[in-house]
Amino acid sequence: MVNLTIDGKRVEVEPGTTILEAAEQLGIRIPTLCHHKALAPYGACRLCLVELEGPRPVLQASCVYPAQQDLVVQTASERVLQTRRMMMELLLARCSEVGPIQELASELGVAETRFPKQQEDCILCGLCVRVCEERMGIGAVDFVGRGTEKLVAPAYDPHSARCIVCGACKVVCPIETVDLDRMSAQPPRPIAAEFDQGLAPRPSIYIPYPQAVPRAAVVDPETCMHLRRRPEDLCRACEAFCDAGAIDFTQRDQMKVADVGAVILAPGFELFDPELVQEYGYGRYPNVVSSLQFERILSASGPFEGKVLRPSDHRPPKSVAFIQCVGSREAKGRNYCSSVCCMYATKHALIGMEHEKDLECTIFFIDMRAFGKGFDDYYQRAEEAGVRYIRCKPSAIHEDHATGNLRLVYQEEGRELASAEFDLVVLSCGLAPSLGVQELSRQFGVELDEHGFCATDDFSPVETSNPGIFACGPFTEPKDIPETVMQASSAAAKAMTLLAEERGSLITRTEYPPEKDVAGREPRIGVFVCHCGKNIGGVANVPEVVEYARTLPDVVHAEDNLYTCSVDTQLRIQQMVQEHDLNRVVVSSCSPRTHEALFRDTCRKAGLNEYLFEMANIRDQNTWVHMHEPEKATRKAEDLTRMAVAKARLLEPLSRIRVPVNHDALVVGGGMAGMTTALDLAGQGFDVHLVEREDRLGGNLRNVHYLLGECDPQARLSQTIGAVTGHPRIHLHLASRLAEVDGFYGNFESKIVNGRGEETVQHGVVIVATGAQERTPSEYLYGEENGVLTQNELETALAAGVPRFKNLQSVVMIQCVGSREPERPWCSRICCSHAVKNSLKLKELNPKTDVYVLYRDVRTYGTREQHYGRARAAGVRFLRYDVDRKPAVEKVGDRYRVTTLDRMLNREVSLEADLVVLSTGIVPHDDAEELAKMLKVSQSREKFFLEAHMKLRPVEFATEGIFMCGLAHWPKSVDESVAQAGATAAKAATILSQDELDLEGTVSKVTDANCDGCAYCVAPCPYDAITLLEYMSDGAVKKTVEVNESLCKGCGSCQATCPKQGIFVKHFRLDQIEAMVNAVLEA
Amino acid sequence: MSDDGYEPLIIGFCCNWCAYAGADLAGVSRVQYPTNIRVIRVMCSGMIHPNLVVNALTNGADGVLACG
Repeated sequence: MVNLTIDGKRVEVEPGTTILEAAEQLGIRIPTLCHHKALAPYGACRLCLVELEGPRPVLQASCVYPAQQDLVVQTASERVLQTRRMMMELLLARCSEVGPIQELASELGVAETRFPKQQEDCILCGLCVRVCEERMGIGAVDFVGRGTEKLVAPAYDPHSARCIVCGACKVVCPIETVDLDRMSAQPPRPIAAEFDQGLAPRPSIYIPYPQAVPRAAVVDPETCMHLRRRPEDLCRACEAFCDAGAIDFTQRDQMKVADVGAVILAPGFELFDPELVQEYGYGRYPNVVSSLQFERILSASGPFEGKVLRPSDHRPPKSVAFIQCVGSREAKGRNYCSSVCCMYATKHALIGMEHEKDLECTIFFIDMRAFGKGFDDYYQRAEEAGVRYIRCKPSAIHEDHATGNLRLVYQEEGRELASAEFDLVVLSCGLAPSLGVQELSRQFGVELDEHGFCATDDFSPVETSNPGIFACGPFTEPKDIPETVMQASSAAAKAMTLLAEERGSLITRTEYPPEKDVAGREPRIGVFVCHCGKNIGGVANVPEVVEYARTLPDVVHAEDNLYTCSVDTQLRIQQMVQEHDLNRVVVSSCSPRTHEALFRDTCRKAGLNEYLFEMANIRDQNTWVHMHEPEKATRKAEDLTRMAVAKARLLEPLSRIRVPVNHDALVVGGGMAGMTTALDLAGQGFDVHLVEREDRLGGNLRNVHYLLGECDPQARLSQTIGAVTGHPRIHLHLASRLAEVDGFYGNFESKIVNGRGEETVQHGVVIVATGAQERTPSEYLYGEENGVLTQNELETALAAGVPRFKNLQSVVMIQCVGSREPERPWCSRICCSHAVKNSLKLKELNPKTDVYVLYRDVRTYGTREQHYGRARAAGVRFLRYDVDRKPAVEKVGDRYRVTTLDRMLNREVSLEADLVVLSTGIVPHDDAEELAKMLKVSQSREKFFLEAHMKLRPVEFATEGIFMCGLAHWPKSVDESVAQAGATAAKAATILSQDELDLEGTVSKVTDANCDGCAYCVAPCPYDAITLLEYMSDGAVKKTVEVNESLCKGCGSCQATCPKQGIFVKHFRLDQIEAMVNAVLEA
Repeated sequence: MSDDGYEPLIIGFCCNWCAYAGADLAGVSRVQYPTNIRVIRVMCSGMIHPNLVVNALTNGADGVLACG
């Protein structure tokens, strides 16, 4: 090794290292124009001059001069700076108009040049020549001419026949002067970024998208010059740049064989290719974009960094039109609804308006299908925010060539043909089956439906035609995120049932050494400061931070690491803990939110308690947000490290709380959802208590006699009831109700009451499957007239074969009765399909019966749409009404007259009807609130049960160990209820399958000496984890509080409320936080 | 900062689940802001004892930001 001194700092480097490289190791930046890591040193620009001390100090180009033992180097002495400025003046004279040269000159303090100015655009650094020859092996450009005539040019200027348009010359040029059009006759083609939907270019080595897991770069073999052309030494420039040495060109695709007992297919969807709809000009008009492209335009990590700009001229549009149902709800093959586009277009419009306040958004739609939980609310908000909704599908788009604006031709219902101009048009493209599903279905022997989605039935929504192979997500039908998540978990439950006996057999457990006893010992802290490649080290001076850390109290070791999270550094930390007998570890690097778990594990492997670890966030909250202030970022990194050390000194070992788990489940509600989840859990080997308040099972499904698909619901229901009643692990509690629930997840105790008495059961989870009900209406003469029914009543009558229903002349159905109105603002999701189903049944009984459906929006989402088509083909007439002009029903003789405003004709029409059928929507049970209170769980505004996260956690309550499924959560169809029930079983099994729960040790603890039982802390605790206790001491009644550690989440509301420091959160004690505050103020 | 060179020192108490995550997100998004804040991670803004704020201010902090 060679030791030398640069600017007064010692550094040890490998022999052969140049002074420039040695300085870089110290974080000293030397300006240079002709140096490039991937190319041999050249010494052309002379900007990197440094002064070598000695009896006769000399100036040398640091990029070519090798480090020598005991060399003393000055990189910024007066002589160096003066000479460097002279060089810069000469360069500035040559290229007086070149931006990067002007910038560098001003950075080096050269405002003007004293030499005659020329207008050259090349500094003859030779980087392009060298990269083309050295790395690419082409030699398409070279120096031409001599002396003052010297220039860089392709052979036989202007175009080279050898040039492969790889762009390497353009990339390395330090003054951005290379013009690829001059190099080659072939036009350069940027690589389109797939994730940005082709709106932006990407490099050949790239991280596919910002949230990629793992977040690692990949080399694109299609565009990488090395992989495409293959000579062993070609290019490989990336290897010179990757400090971690992670580039490995020897990697090849591998075939792996896995032995599995179940397969889950989740190939997702493909966005419909809008180029197929030629009248909308996608692909021809640059300002017609797909919805996914617009999603990227809105994204902060997208092609325009979140600015709403249009592709043709990168100017902000003033008006945007969204066209719905592109590739959906079309003729055969595409006669399904994609279920998500109405809401995503509404979201796009709202977010677009958030980004650009004055953006005018217009959505052209057929029916607004806002059928999900909270969706109608969102739709209303969008209307209030000024999003314009026009009910029609435009027939064509014409581009104005001069402006790039787009003229839409459309005809609103009941109006004349019109047209309007927009700056940007977004096509809300539908969801099509993923490419390759035909091949996939052949390989796995599963059937697809007529649209190319996986064929499933209503009662087994995740089971394919091939047993043991399951399907989920948009593979089975287009669907939104919550339904996808539910199906995914449901598929997992089915697979777990098959694999129940093998559960846990592939787990390898890590063995940890015994923990070092640190009680009563002085802190010995080790500090590890991460460079994170250039992420931290490129801004803050990491060696300085390490030096500083060494001066902090109790720090006995400090070092820097290129990547502290790398596997070798983990081993090194363990080694340092041994070598220096460390009993606290501090890592200054990224965020504890992402990396604390990793380092805690390293501590455990080193024999330290995992809580003897503290982290300073000097990347996400420092160097990434202060990229242009290296000096201040370095000081801040020191401060953050000091704060972490101050807390580390006060850390104490904590133990995680282990609680044994009861493996039984309690399911409340014996409808289809409750029975399905009970069967899915029992199938996995768990005992289930199923509580049903009625004396028989079945719930709402008992009223369902036929479906849009081919399943016979009653046959499936009795099959399911048979399976439940015959299952040895399912303990039925009929005609019973839940009276009391106590305890916490993993350990509940409940009281079940029935006519015979009460029973106490222990269980680890609770599943709420209490259902909901069809609303009993008061509108439209219901209750007064026998001929006015609800859809359920009609279905029951039709199934019973009431004779007079075969000879009906006319039936009028009214949708949204009492729904989507201020009192009950939600859409009940299934009533449109219900009306379609009953209409088809009426037509089947007697094709001569006239059936009219008066609707506001037909919401037959997904593949239900084809049945809507079927109903129209069968002659069912759908007439739209507006909420402010509702239909009227009156009795005329022994029939009814329904009057409504036909929006197509813009005229009032009168319909004579033998029956009026009301779609009244679904409402929660009246006693849902009581159950919510008993379980201490939340309800939505509508009094349905409220999930932990609308999209990502659709079956879990915010309270752990309690889950929900079926109508209790939100109105839904049978297949959705069954899928959600399966999902609760999968989620519940994650708790029930454990022998004990491992809870965080960072919970509250009472200091008995300080607590006087004032109970101020009891009410603020959001988890009801604190109880007041009274006890006798020295003959007097004393009070104190007690913390249930299993319920406590360590939020510390108690700690902040306590006036006497009688309760604190372990690991976040007042004195520990105070120490950090004081450490800040020491600065 | 301001023209007279005054650089306030601000202590930020950030909830691990929201504000601290937000500060991380600002980093991931490369949002640039002044260097004056020193963030202390807490598991919930509910644990910030009033004394922490008062002591910080009396001992020389120019501002305290409680985010949660």
